[in-house]
Amino acid sequence: MTDVTQRSPAPGLGRRIRRVFSDRPVIPLLILLAILMVVLEILRPGIVNERWIANTVKFAIPLAILAACQTVTMLTGGIDLSVGTVATLGAFVVSTQGMDAGLGWALLLSLAPALLIGIANGIGVGIFRVHPLIMTLGTSLIGVGFLQVYQRTVIATGTKVPDVLAWIGTGLTGGIPNSLIVFVPVAAFILFMLGRSGFGRLLYAVGDNERAARLSGVIYWKVILALYILSGILAWIAGLIYVGLIKAPSLSLVEPRVLPAVAAAVIGGTSIFGGRGGYLGTIVGAVILTVLATLLTVLQMPEGARQMLFGLIVLAVTAAYIRITADS
Amino acid sequence: MASDILLEATGIAKHYGAVVALRNASLSVRRGEVHALMGANGAGKSTLVKILTGAIRPNGGRILIDGREHVVRSPAEARRAGLVSVYQEPALIPDLDIASNLRLTATPVEPFMKWVREMGVPDLDLRETARNLPLAILRVLDLARAIAVGPEVLLLDEMTAALPADLAEKVLAVVKRQGAEGRSVIFISHRMLEISALCDRATVLRDGETVGVVDIGPGSADRIVELMLGQKVERIQREIAEATPGAPLPVTKPRLSLRDVGVAGKLEGVSFDLMHGEVLGVVALEGQGQDELFGVLSGSRRPTAGSLAVDGREVRFATPADAIAEGIALIPGDRAEALLMQRSVRENVALPFSASFRHWGPIPLRRQNAVVGEAIRRLQVDTRAQREVQRLSGGNQQKVTIARWIAAEASTILCFDPTRGIDIRTKHEIYHLLRELAGQGASVLLYTSELEEVQLACDRAIVIFGGRVVDVIPAAIADEPTLVRAAYGLPRLAPGAAAPLPGATA
Amino acid sequence: MSSALRRQAWVIGLAILLAALFVFTRIIQPDYGADGFGSLVRAALPFVFAVAGQTVVVIAGGIDLSIASMMALTSVTAATLMDGASEPFGIVAVAAVLLLGFLLGAVNGILVVVSRVPDIVVTLAMLFVWQGAALLVRDSPGGAASEWLKELVVGNLAVPGIPTGITDWVPKALILIVVCLAVVWIPLRRSRLGLSIYAIGSSSLAAFRSGVNVSRTKIVAYAFAGLFAAMGGLVLTMSTGQGAPIPGPYLLASVAAVVLGGVALTGGKGGLLGPVIAVFVLRLVRSDLTFLAVDPNVTTIVEGAIMVVVVMLGALLAMRNRQP
Repeated sequence: MTDVTQRSPAPGLGRRIRRVFSDRPVIPLLILLAILMVVLEILRPGIVNERWIANTVKFAIPLAILAACQTVTMLTGGIDLSVGTVATLGAFVVSTQGMDAGLGWALLLSLAPALLIGIANGIGVGIFRVHPLIMTLGTSLIGVGFLQVYQRTVIATGTKVPDVLAWIGTGLTGGIPNSLIVFVPVAAFILFMLGRSGFGRLLYAVGDNERAARLSGVIYWKVILALYILSGILAWIAGLIYVGLIKAPSLSLVEPRVLPAVAAAVIGGTSIFGGRGGYLGTIVGAVILTVLATLLTVLQMPEGARQMLFGLIVLAVTAAYIRITADS
Repeated sequence: MASDILLEATGIAKHYGAVVALRNASLSVRRGEVHALMGANGAGKSTLVKILTGAIRPNGGRILIDGREHVVRSPAEARRAGLVSVYQEPALIPDLDIASNLRLTATPVEPFMKWVREMGVPDLDLRETARNLPLAILRVLDLARAIAVGPEVLLLDEMTAALPADLAEKVLAVVKRQGAEGRSVIFISHRMLEISALCDRATVLRDGETVGVVDIGPGSADRIVELMLGQKVERIQREIAEATPGAPLPVTKPRLSLRDVGVAGKLEGVSFDLMHGEVLGVVALEGQGQDELFGVLSGSRRPTAGSLAVDGREVRFATPADAIAEGIALIPGDRAEALLMQRSVRENVALPFSASFRHWGPIPLRRQNAVVGEAIRRLQVDTRAQREVQRLSGGNQQKVTIARWIAAEASTILCFDPTRGIDIRTKHEIYHLLRELAGQGASVLLYTSELEEVQLACDRAIVIFGGRVVDVIPAAIADEPTLVRAAYGLPRLAPGAAAPLPGATA
Repeated sequence: MSSALRRQAWVIGLAILLAALFVFTRIIQPDYGADGFGSLVRAALPFVFAVAGQTVVVIAGGIDLSIASMMALTSVTAATLMDGASEPFGIVAVAAVLLLGFLLGAVNGILVVVSRVPDIVVTLAMLFVWQGAALLVRDSPGGAASEWLKELVVGNLAVPGIPTGITDWVPKALILIVVCLAVVWIPLRRSRLGLSIYAIGSSSLAAFRSGVNVSRTKIVAYAFAGLFAAMGGLVLTMSTGQGAPIPGPYLLASVAAVVLGGVALTGGKGGLLGPVIAVFVLRLVRSDLTFLAVDPNVTTIVEGAIMVVVVMLGALLAMRNRQP
């Protein structure tokens, strides 16, 4: 009897902690963020100041949008690895067409590849039932081919990042990054969509239990098609911000940020198996990864070790997630 | 006499969390005996089989084979201990040819071929891929492969279920010979006639416990049915007497009409009408085609023959969405199939509202909450743990799936065993609710594995056996013994007549 | 006999397709001959080993997205080991790299089994882990390969007594492919282990009931994929004389060739010959596009589109299989 009474509080506490992690991932994430910042301040005193914060936010914003693509697709049990190519395509087209054509026309033109790749992904995943990972990898490869062809045809014209995008990407107004005027509405839209719209409900439903969703009258492919188009549009927005931020459109503009974007969504509490998660956690996850990147730079960790670390984070968080949900 | 016992399992218990599958099961098989293992759906038969074959570990009890205790962790270990099983689904690797399959299990080819020929398959090509062979042949090969290694105990789960009559006869003859050759056979079957013809004794399970061992002989079939039902009969009769007497069914029009509906190999020539305001029961043993029937009606599966009409209009359903558009909703047997386990009660109930493209925009929360809240209240769902449906009890989960379609105002509800694994109070709430819905003009098709439900909730019941409707029984005379006999394919007793011996009439 | 023929129908069809493509190539490029064939085989080399590794895992019912990364890691490791080392040390390096590949694959397999995370997610994470490790070994292309190793893939087999008219058509690279694949694959295919790999891919439940140790078999399948990836990495080092840490385009190509080669993505079916022929088909299509003076970047697009369509059809077939 004593054995039972002694042991029972411990699993209760463990379970409570697990519930906090799975119900409100934002709270432990904010604690983790604070810890990282303290470590950074200890390693390099004085680094955490107003300018550093503005800079961190500037880099975290496009990552958070790229991670939004992963969040919404992961909610349905998918993933979108074509976002790097889509974003780069958008950035490249806008900075080559921005000169002769008007900006509006250039933006419209740069949206086209995002829509096309989104539709292709949606058809492949929703109708042909190709695994999203393979499908988006494939369309990404095709996109890179187009990008290379396009690059050669416009090589004479040169590139110029439109001033508006540079202003949004790098500018500060009163110490506050300008990119927030894009990010706040985008984030508000995603949060509203996931929380309060029929489409958002269906994303969770399809990812939680596709069969139950079907039995409730949901047509799977319609949801998936709309989802991957949305993901393409979000990636396009991220690409525009990146090109304004980095100001040098190259073929590898966004590609290295794809895995960190997946990691941001996973750390933010979105399950890679679908049905659980949200965008708030992802935003904090993107900030954490941006701070972590600074920390790794301060520690002079080589690129290779960073990639290994990100890969291991994704694997470890996913494996831990499986155990948390299996026990509760 | 003790050495006479080849396999002895005592005090076997198994629970999954709070759900008890087996509490105290025992099984004792003599050398050279064909021993039947019987029990109604959910009595714990399949759990006991899984434990004996090492697929799952028991929480208690022990297993002796030939006097030695065995801890069986996998089918490979069970095999080494001398127990070989033939499962309901063929265990041959579908993409390997027969020769490779034999090599994989280190089965000698010569005795294997001998048994295959003996069971009426004279020209087997060992290079044929298992996937390309018909199911009946695969079952024969499975059995031959099991016998060829010369096991001490042979466990046969529903061996004859997929076999045509001529093949079944030869297989049974071979099984009987195993007994004569000093091997023991554990034989699981729903077919009472086979058991009478083949087995020496039968162990009967009920509610996870061994309730009796019967020597097979004249009258044993009735004794087995009695044991499977237990004391329940009297209790249920009292409950039925207490249940408010339903008004006689008013004459209405058919809501759903099936004409000669078939699903290749599973369902054949099924015709019946589900009336407005009726609760129609469906009674069948496991795997008699009821899954296919509900699949066809709910739009998850297309029939290969026959036609379906809603209110006299012929319809074809390509997806569940089509059926839902006609007001027909399925409450599946496995709650995990219907629920979004990680989502809230409200989201689960409101799911059908968002399904169509027109409703992908902002949700009118106030209006939706009112409808959803009303449905939740009507079903008295316990909403204390409503953040995630997976934290609710089974009964409350089931209420959520029903609330969903009450909120969506479905006019025809297909319930597939809605009360399985649910506490008795919730069960009665559900019966009451179904009757109430029917009273308001809705139609309910209710498949149930708990036969007393027919008299508690239904107006009539159809009985399916081997993919065909074999009987339609009005609730007034659909007591449990009648339904059990019908479900086992036995003829209905004439009122007042003494029970004939099923073995003798065959 | 007829059942064996039926099972090989896909591979035979693929071989006929390859032959037709050769004829087509000869028509559009009349001087296409032994030299062209030799360079085709050399171009196909790394792809062949990538697809061999992928094939083993897919037959076992998994998928390995980290194939290309493992090739990069083993390639830079080989190039670094052999940099400035003596010629005979090359043998030690080769053995060490093959062992490394086997272990990398085994790590993938163990993580899949232990973490209970789906294959596709584990190997996606490992894609980055192995790629990062490759960057740690060497952050830019470099290193060296032993001369005798480089010789292995250059030129044709010269056997005294056989006219060069024949040996010209037998590039050393082809011999290398045949020997390496045969040494690993044939004993594996014939063993009980090979049967078990097919068994767990075909139906892990039936395999478990037939007494197969499903976890162990899965780990071994991944380990063999790692071994083939190491061969691929070595081949890269041999043919370029150095190691590059950035993975090549072998992942999607390997999946596409597996599907085109008649190995179902659902597992349990197919062999190694089909995917290897499929690699040659895909490579030859690429050369033909070049001969037709198509922009090489457009070629990438066409190739990518072919692979995506092939994978989509494969998924469609898998779906048909799942719902009988």
